[in-house]
Amino acid sequence: MSNSLTHILVSFAVLFTLLAVGGMLIWLERRLLALWQDRYGPNRVGPFGLLQVVADMIKVLFKEDWVPPFANKPVFIMAPAIIVTVTLMSFAVVPFAPGIQVVELNMGLLFFLAMSSLGVYSVVLAGWASGSKYSILGGLRSSAQMLSYEAFMGLSLMGVVMLAGSFDLNRIIEAQRDGWFIRYQFVGFMLFLIAGTAETNRLPFDLPEAESELVAGFHSEYSGLKFGLFFVGEYLGITLISSLITVLFFGGWLGPWLPPLVWFTLKTFFFICLFILLRASLPRPRYDQLMSFGWKVCLPLAVGNLLLTGAWILMKG
Amino acid sequence: MTFPNPIIADLSSSFGPAILAVQPAKDNIPTLWISPDRTADVLLHLKTKIGRPYKMLYDLTVIDERTRTNRPDQPMSDFTVVYHLLSFDRNEDIRIKVPLLGDTHTLPSITGLWRNANWYEREAWDLFGIRFNGHPHLKRILLPPAWEGHPLRKEHPARATEMGQFRMPEDQMDIAQQALKFRPEEWGMAPAKDGTDHLFLNLGPQHPGTHGLLRIILQLDGEEIVDAVPDIGYHHRGAEKMAERQTWHTFIPYTDRIDYFGGVMNNLAYVLAVEKLAGIEVPDRVKVIRVMMAELFRIQSHLVWYGTFAQDVGALSPVFYTFSDREKVFEIVEAVCGGRMHPAWFRIGGVSQDLPKGWDRLVRDFLAYLPHRLKEYDSIVMRNSIFKGRTRGVGAYSLEDAVEWGVTGPGLRACGLDWDFRRKRPYSGYEMFDFDIPTAVNGDCYDRAVVRIEEIRQSMRIVEQCMKNMPEGSYKSDHPLTTPPRKERTLKDIETLITHFLGLSWGPVIPAGEAFMGIEATKGSNGYYLVSDGGIHSYRTRIRTPSFPHMQMVPKIAKGLMIADLMAILGSIDFILADLDR
Repeated sequence: MSNSLTHILVSFAVLFTLLAVGGMLIWLERRLLALWQDRYGPNRVGPFGLLQVVADMIKVLFKEDWVPPFANKPVFIMAPAIIVTVTLMSFAVVPFAPGIQVVELNMGLLFFLAMSSLGVYSVVLAGWASGSKYSILGGLRSSAQMLSYEAFMGLSLMGVVMLAGSFDLNRIIEAQRDGWFIRYQFVGFMLFLIAGTAETNRLPFDLPEAESELVAGFHSEYSGLKFGLFFVGEYLGITLISSLITVLFFGGWLGPWLPPLVWFTLKTFFFICLFILLRASLPRPRYDQLMSFGWKVCLPLAVGNLLLTGAWILMKG
Repeated sequence: MTFPNPIIADLSSSFGPAILAVQPAKDNIPTLWISPDRTADVLLHLKTKIGRPYKMLYDLTVIDERTRTNRPDQPMSDFTVVYHLLSFDRNEDIRIKVPLLGDTHTLPSITGLWRNANWYEREAWDLFGIRFNGHPHLKRILLPPAWEGHPLRKEHPARATEMGQFRMPEDQMDIAQQALKFRPEEWGMAPAKDGTDHLFLNLGPQHPGTHGLLRIILQLDGEEIVDAVPDIGYHHRGAEKMAERQTWHTFIPYTDRIDYFGGVMNNLAYVLAVEKLAGIEVPDRVKVIRVMMAELFRIQSHLVWYGTFAQDVGALSPVFYTFSDREKVFEIVEAVCGGRMHPAWFRIGGVSQDLPKGWDRLVRDFLAYLPHRLKEYDSIVMRNSIFKGRTRGVGAYSLEDAVEWGVTGPGLRACGLDWDFRRKRPYSGYEMFDFDIPTAVNGDCYDRAVVRIEEIRQSMRIVEQCMKNMPEGSYKSDHPLTTPPRKERTLKDIETLITHFLGLSWGPVIPAGEAFMGIEATKGSNGYYLVSDGGIHSYRTRIRTPSFPHMQMVPKIAKGLMIADLMAILGSIDFILADLDR
């Protein structure tokens, strides 16, 4: 009884923390971008502008929730829910610290890959259902991008799986007690970082959105809370990829002196900031360049990395 | 009859009777009146049949002559079509004038001879009602399709208060809205040959990538651009019409707003043209002050372009860096002129005030500040591999194309021709300065960027030379037409007082005549062609802006590329909508 109660408590704690983090990241990103771009960013509402999130939320909630008459209404409404739902579900398998995990799955990594693949439906369906040309172009770009980056995302992680001998994220962390997998899997890490950026539609892979080309791409027609869901979904995605990087390559919650949860948070936070730094510094490649980079560079690298890791493991016997 | 210029002799031997008159002009550009039926032949001859030909159609415009009184030695004409050609080999211009009489107002189109004649002829139709036979698409270009009348004709009022109250009854509104309906064939767009459907994408007038009110209709096959048609005129304010109702002096602030990143650079082209008409020589100090301010504005304009270009390609940060650098330029501009983007600071025969105390320290600080910033931008933008991938080999055009389409400025120099009006036809004392003309070879987006960035450095060299060698003397010419007139002696004798009073209240009376002055502005060549009828107003002011021909060329270079490339092209061309539409 008490066990299942703890479980429910943990689940809710994780859910609320994540939603709060997703919100706070909006503030963090704006402040960090401002810092790197020689300006202030939101600094008026509350201390350091922290309450900006609250103000934004109020604004988003009270905006007219407009569905364009030319949109396919049910799909249009469903699309933003998908991205938030599947991203949150992926978090179910993430071990934040020993005992703090919503569900322990022995194929947790596969579950994550499956869920993150579903995320693309949100973008594609939003683009299609909006009934706007800019949105459909965004949706098309998104589907092409996902196809190419999904392909090596899974492959890039298989090195880790081979080293740990398991798809279970807890066992992957345990296997890193002697040293983080980044030491052997640097290529895998880089590829996963790239694929993860593409997965979350972040610059330099924000082609489905591509402000200077497609206005706002797949979510051009969205307003109010639905737009807010896309927004929060994007930040949840960043958090998810960052925590996965932490778990798979940087020893998860492992670390000396500090409590495991703090280690996990610190490491994840570092990668979240890295995502934001990427956005502050890089331009956007063209659609065909992105595709050829995915298929001609990343996929062969991922396969090569997999073969080398396999050979190395075999050699060590 | 002897001709001072060999080209006139050449033409008169080939086209003797077709030459109606040779008109003296204050700018010494050979000006010939040709009868309408031989115009096309003469132009063809000038473009293709002579040695060192006139390869560029620099400008095409019209003068409504019907109320003009002072036009000695000129043939009868109601509307005069003016072709302004430029020869790079000769470093000379020629002006061909064609008189149109009666009610028909038609001329054969020269779109077959020069590609860029297309928009110029449409503009002439739109604003003057001149028909060009054989033009492929003679529709309104700057004004809405349902507009009635031709506003640059003299009978059209210049002020809204001269017209009746504006009404738009429902049926009128329907007509106007119907006229806005999109029908691809009306835009000259053909359906796909194999029967597949193309996507028509309406890019703009509100779009983050167009830098203002510009609309481009795209015909897309997937993301590939099959055809692109710019729809311009959203920023048209009738600057040329305004020039006819303002005095010579009070038009200066309007020029600021033509290329609104060029600031006093616009004043410069205008006041130089007026000074040519009036025969005013300015003191050296004025020249150097003008050059310094104009170059500071070139730096400023190029900085804005740098940041926004990077943003068009998806880099978010550089725009903030360059805008803060631009702020440093504005600090100097503010201290010197009191204004920022639109200082309206140059005057006919001088500048508004003398330089303030301590101006040299501001300039010195800025010159010390900018170089390391530029170095930083080189590493985050120009040396970034994604940026190179997006701009190298994208949107390239050859030197022949550039000349054919009337491209000037960095876009021309990126194709390898070191043509800079500051060097080839020095004005305002540019011959005194030491600077290089950067060029590139490929003519693609990246090369245009390279040329502009090097121009920032060269402009800094010029500003430095201005700072170190600022001549002493007056900031105003002693000429009686200098505006506002000199005041020192006004309280000593009544004649000076009267002249001063008239000069301030009416404004100067500029002697009748015609003069053109083209300068190397921020985006390309900006020129003012002024016609004075001997009054306090300009009789006709033609503003030749670089963005107009540059934008006209966009469809040609964008075809077959992708939407993302179009943004890179638009960014690299560096156009200003106000400069495009005037």
